[in-house]
Amino acid sequence: MSERTLFDKVWDLHTVGILPGGQTQLFIGLHLIHEVTSPQAFAMLRERNLKVLFPERTVATVDHIVPTEIQARPFVDELAEQMIQALEDNCKEQGIRFYNIGCGNQGIVHVIAPEQGFTQPGMTIACGDSHTSTHGAFGAIAFGIGTTQVRDVLASQTLCLSKLKVRRIEVNGALKPGVFAKDVILHIIRTLGVKAGVGFAYEFAGTTFEAMIMEERMTICNMAIEGGARCGYINPDQVTFDYLKGRDFAPTSEQWDAAVAWWKTIASDSDAVYDDTVVFDAAQIAPTVTWGITPGQGIAVDESVPTVETMSIDERPIAEEAYLYMDLKPGQPLIGTKVDVCFIGSCTNGRLSDLREAAKFAEGRHVAPGVKAFVVPGSERVKLAAEAEGLHEIFLAAGFEWREAGCSMCLAMNPDKLVGRQLSASSSNRNFKGRQGSSSGRTLLMSPAMVVAAAVKGEVADVREFLV
Amino acid sequence: MSSITNIAGQGIPLIGNDIDTDRIIPARFLRCITFDGLGEYVFADDRNGSHSFDNPAFAGANILVVNRNFGCGSSREHAPQAIARWGIKAIIGESFAEIFIGNCAAIGLPCLTANTEAVEALQNRLLRNPATQISVDIESLDIHYDDIVVHGNLDHGPRQTFLTGTWDACGQLLAQKSAIQATAAKLPYLQFG
Repeated sequence: MSERTLFDKVWDLHTVGILPGGQTQLFIGLHLIHEVTSPQAFAMLRERNLKVLFPERTVATVDHIVPTEIQARPFVDELAEQMIQALEDNCKEQGIRFYNIGCGNQGIVHVIAPEQGFTQPGMTIACGDSHTSTHGAFGAIAFGIGTTQVRDVLASQTLCLSKLKVRRIEVNGALKPGVFAKDVILHIIRTLGVKAGVGFAYEFAGTTFEAMIMEERMTICNMAIEGGARCGYINPDQVTFDYLKGRDFAPTSEQWDAAVAWWKTIASDSDAVYDDTVVFDAAQIAPTVTWGITPGQGIAVDESVPTVETMSIDERPIAEEAYLYMDLKPGQPLIGTKVDVCFIGSCTNGRLSDLREAAKFAEGRHVAPGVKAFVVPGSERVKLAAEAEGLHEIFLAAGFEWREAGCSMCLAMNPDKLVGRQLSASSSNRNFKGRQGSSSGRTLLMSPAMVVAAAVKGEVADVREFLV
Repeated sequence: MSSITNIAGQGIPLIGNDIDTDRIIPARFLRCITFDGLGEYVFADDRNGSHSFDNPAFAGANILVVNRNFGCGSSREHAPQAIARWGIKAIIGESFAEIFIGNCAAIGLPCLTANTEAVEALQNRLLRNPATQISVDIESLDIHYDDIVVHGNLDHGPRQTFLTGTWDACGQLLAQKSAIQATAAKLPYLQFG
């Protein structure tokens, strides 16, 4: 059949039926869980005397509350200890595969599922975490859900959902030096806004994404939700298949050819019909930094903080709120703004290629006096692989701290937090007020390379100055 | 599970676009294994004394009135749980974030949208007269206050689940066990391995 998008095909394949209210009952092929949004779901199951229907289709790890310095049990934080214990007990009771700290495979859920080959094209993937959109990089339909829905997936492996529309976001051409996947997605969100994606899945297409490696594609899809789109995806291609081949849970040799043949059929048809299409030119994208309190408040690093006159009426109130909160004046340059903390990590930019790129810029340089800079690998495997390449030595020599795997200061549910009004240069995904652990703390989102540039200069800097 | 056909009571306005889930319930309150007690921490970092939720005039309110893209950000159900446990039974807004509105539907908290003019007029009315009574009819989707009627919107699917008392989907989903198994059986990737 032609004229169908990947979204249409995957949706139809997983449709169990139409519920009496008219919504779709959708089968979930892979369910990922972690310690923050699952304990209440298991409690709800127990209240109803229900068991997990497909325990082998759920994979668990612990990531949000994990301390990245002292990991001895019991954790210093009693509440964090309660949460990890609840997950340990629930997984044991229900027969769910659980990657605990120290097993060699623990890490941020959106890092470990792809690296072990759980995430595959054509799947539906749900997790009680909005950055589940990350897995769309493989040509899966992947989205965040709440805890009651986590319960529904545990109990029935299905969800009650309404179908989304599809917006094709096409970016073509080569990225300029110093411009990374993070800049591309920040640029898209800056242009389309943080609510444009409500009601849509984003299909990222065009030669720029085709030229990206899987980890870059994950950075793109990871932040679809910051543009309001619950899921984002990229059609699977040879890059996807090459990444998957040989991974622990990828199809084995006998099944491999059949899997690839099927994966090729689920990509959007060349004549697929989209609800909307937007086109960007990669050459127009600069290193991008957020200046405000939503991921849409971004500018090219060498631009000035925008004035309200340049904005639509709608955007002005939140811009006024942002000037005040961030202590930035409209019209002032962002370059030169002093930073206090530099964070490299998160499900957006905590993978091996991110750390390699950051290390290139850190090598032979040093973190500026008074700046706290730290690197948190996305998983235990990422940490080990980075150490095997000596990346940790480069970071340590440059004055960065080298930590254990977890979500860390992306949302600061562990001990890594901003203090007071500190300003952070962060490779994470959200710059909401108070996001990084201090209710008055401030965040500037940027690529890992730009975080290194900020750490070295002690202020927001243009990474292009560091290019040789 | 009971049907939800009408919510009546006092409104509470919360002005501003893009109020994210970290505003609604900061991450430090997610360190818990139950939703109990979250109500008292709703909007914790914004409760500086002048926030609507601090205003004694709105202490008994049960219908929250918000602006655009309310609930953007994280998938944390802790956000609607905190709002509901504070006492809110329905939310009226210009627009809602996708995951947030789905979470609200799953816990029986209807979110109706209305146009900017109507929402702002209602918010202004509540600021001038906090005692204003609102009635939200889920069948007709009419929102009544004073002598004004505003027509709200709510997707057909969630609306039906509220009216028929099936907003907690778990039972309906589990009733299809054989269809679930049949769907699983035709998924190519469940045969790989």
